[in-house]
Amino acid sequence: MEKSLNWREFVITRLVKASGYSAILFVALIFFFLVREGLPTFWKADITSLLSTRWYPIEEYYGILPLITGSLIVTLGATLVAVPLGIGTAVYISEIAPRWMREILKPLVELLGGLPSVVLGFLGILLLSPFLRVFLDLPTGLTALTGSLLLGGIAVPTVVSVAEDALDAVPRAYREGAWALGATRWQTIWRVTFPAARSGVLTAIMLGIGRAIGETMTVMMVTGNAPVLALKLGSLFSPVRTMTATIAAEMGEVASGSTHYHVLFFIGMVLFLISMGVNIAASSVVFRAKKRAERILS
Amino acid sequence: MKRLLSLNRHLVQQIGYTALTLMAVATVLPIIAVVIYILIQGLPAISTEFLTGFPHDGMRAGGILPAIIGTLYLTVGTAIFSVPLGIAAAIYLAEYASDTPLTRTIRIAIINLAGIPSVVYGLFGLGLFVIFLNFGTSILAASLTLSIMTLPVIISTAEESLRSVPQAFRTVSISLGATRWQTIRRIVLKEALPGILTGVILGLERAAGETAPILFTGAAFFLPRLPHSPFDATMALPYHLFVISTQVPEMPIQIQYGTALVLLVFVLTMNVIATVIRSRARAKRQW
Amino acid sequence: MDKIIIENLSLQYADGIESLRGISLNIREKAVTVLFGPAGGGKSTLLRCLNRLNDLTEVKASSGKILIDGKNILDPDVDVIALRRKIGMVFARPVVLPLSIRGNLTYGLELAGEKRRSKLEEAVERSLKLAALWEEVNDRLDDPAIALSGGQQQRLCLARSLALQPEIILLDEPTSGLDPISTGKVEAALQELKKEYTIILVPHSVQQAARTADYAAFFLQGELIEYGEGQSLFTAPRQKRTEEYVTGRFG
Repeated sequence: MEKSLNWREFVITRLVKASGYSAILFVALIFFFLVREGLPTFWKADITSLLSTRWYPIEEYYGILPLITGSLIVTLGATLVAVPLGIGTAVYISEIAPRWMREILKPLVELLGGLPSVVLGFLGILLLSPFLRVFLDLPTGLTALTGSLLLGGIAVPTVVSVAEDALDAVPRAYREGAWALGATRWQTIWRVTFPAARSGVLTAIMLGIGRAIGETMTVMMVTGNAPVLALKLGSLFSPVRTMTATIAAEMGEVASGSTHYHVLFFIGMVLFLISMGVNIAASSVVFRAKKRAERILS
Repeated sequence: MKRLLSLNRHLVQQIGYTALTLMAVATVLPIIAVVIYILIQGLPAISTEFLTGFPHDGMRAGGILPAIIGTLYLTVGTAIFSVPLGIAAAIYLAEYASDTPLTRTIRIAIINLAGIPSVVYGLFGLGLFVIFLNFGTSILAASLTLSIMTLPVIISTAEESLRSVPQAFRTVSISLGATRWQTIRRIVLKEALPGILTGVILGLERAAGETAPILFTGAAFFLPRLPHSPFDATMALPYHLFVISTQVPEMPIQIQYGTALVLLVFVLTMNVIATVIRSRARAKRQW
Repeated sequence: MDKIIIENLSLQYADGIESLRGISLNIREKAVTVLFGPAGGGKSTLLRCLNRLNDLTEVKASSGKILIDGKNILDPDVDVIALRRKIGMVFARPVVLPLSIRGNLTYGLELAGEKRRSKLEEAVERSLKLAALWEEVNDRLDDPAIALSGGQQQRLCLARSLALQPEIILLDEPTSGLDPISTGKVEAALQELKKEYTIILVPHSVQQAARTADYAAFFLQGELIEYGEGQSLFTAPRQKRTEEYVTGRFG
């Protein structure tokens, strides 16, 4: 009996371990396939074409700059929406709201995180964009701004939950210390609690941005799909097209192995690297903050 | 002067509180509005025929059964791959792994998986499952793609749940002659189950609502029958909503709202179940 | 007769906090041996060496031998599972497993492969009686164990390790969280148990040490200062530091 027990323990331990390592395998596999299909871009497409400002694949124009600026401007707009709203909500939930309110708000914010992005895109087309067109007197309601507003909503839950965790992690003694010195609760929040949670809040913002850059369906549905270079702030009010939307809209129609196919994978590779950069940066902020805390405590 | 200052301080606090409250309301109110609005607009479309019929007239009439069944298949398919793998990985991280460079690499990998854009998962699924492994555009390829996307959610919630089980239970169990795995199976997993379940459902909820990863791996624009095998492509609710709201001209608005409502109910139900499991477990917990 | 012979045992944790330095100690069979001294002296560490519970902790370095019935249990090829079944342990805080009262008691036996109901029932009754808990809980064995009072929980923990019919029982400050009445019940149970079992106790006070000890060992900063029969060690300590501690001048 003991023998079979040992054998089972051994097998299970190995399986569990292998499952843990699988995460590394998957990231490597994803990267490998993106590179495998994306790298041929460099010998199939003209470099000058890639760096041009025109995306028109039917005539072999593969300028990805308009797509990058499209992603940037939509993400910038979304950040402007999501960061104040997300952090404000997080502070409210963790510092001000009474308990019952918290119990209602937290699941609702989580619900927002779970809303399928097509549903938001769908409502964007039917409600938000007609409203913006009339309200701002634009030729079309399908603009970067429309995407930014919806994307902001999508990024909010990420910002809220990470920022709230960070605020919650601030020891109660910090707050009590401040109150004892005669600070109001409001002063305590902004002068003690918030600075103490700074690195976590920074992580929250970065992850929110990461979420916004990667979002696909909503932006594809509401930003008008026009691959034009968006360099001015005014571009917010005109149609743009993001990297993600381009892949989603065009991959279904290209022949596997064509130049266009490889370029789309190349864009995917760029997106992968951006998200990897954002996430590693975000998590290293947390690590560094933790290390500092350890130094102080020991 | 002093009184003025104190008055001022409290006024500032009042204004600040109001502003933050408004922000929270601004975050939450649209969610409630969206749900109610879709409910009101979509309800008239719901009928037995809509839920159990096939689409016809270029999807402008009839039901959405293939899309409902398809999403069900995809969700179950995703669960088959991601749930055992995700829980096992969480067990490794919470119970076996010590803080080595390799473990840290695993954690970074998980963080990265969580951040990869969904459309990039779609590309990966296309490259690996559809083309390289030759599964074709199929339920299998789409489920596998969604599984890998869901994995980080399941791993991180399950790990957190496992870690919240008091260490003392493990020490006691080991001191009574249990092996590590016996301890995990008989004590730790049992206690962590509600938390793990919550994470699993939230992960699957996300998978059920996703469109981008299945665009090129398994979604069918229109399929006048139900899929027969895992190697068939399938319709799915989110993709169907995308199609009828952007690709089909003169689409009756009611069918669009009806489809959105069914998708929303599908996702919300999972969300509510997860929330209920979590809060009940919290209330019951004795340690 | 000596049940356990510890030879020149040294150990250092990875975090460098607590350690043992060159401990040599012979522990008598069927008697209560008390390990006492100020916190951080290495008493708990020594206990956790005896059933290899330190395997779970990050140990930087260890050397020396622990012979139980003549066999060195620190050998890497020792069957630790069997060892832990032979050595019961009760912790400072009562930790009942999230199972029923019965489930707590049969846990170890079921792991050891015991499936016969009659055997399990017998073990439940015997161990509860030994721990002086039978009268209080025999009508609600299927209730969750967490519903018991603190003192009852700790006696359940004692009963749980007795259910495995160990030869040695390790108790790490078992009464630190208990009221005087519960403490009295646990101490009384120990006096009964020592007729059958080898008991090693880390007491939570010098008074408890003096009340319960057949043999006593005084630990200070990882070293064994003095070891001897309980009566003589508490009334006429040979070492100055022992005397100072016993009389309450430090600690």
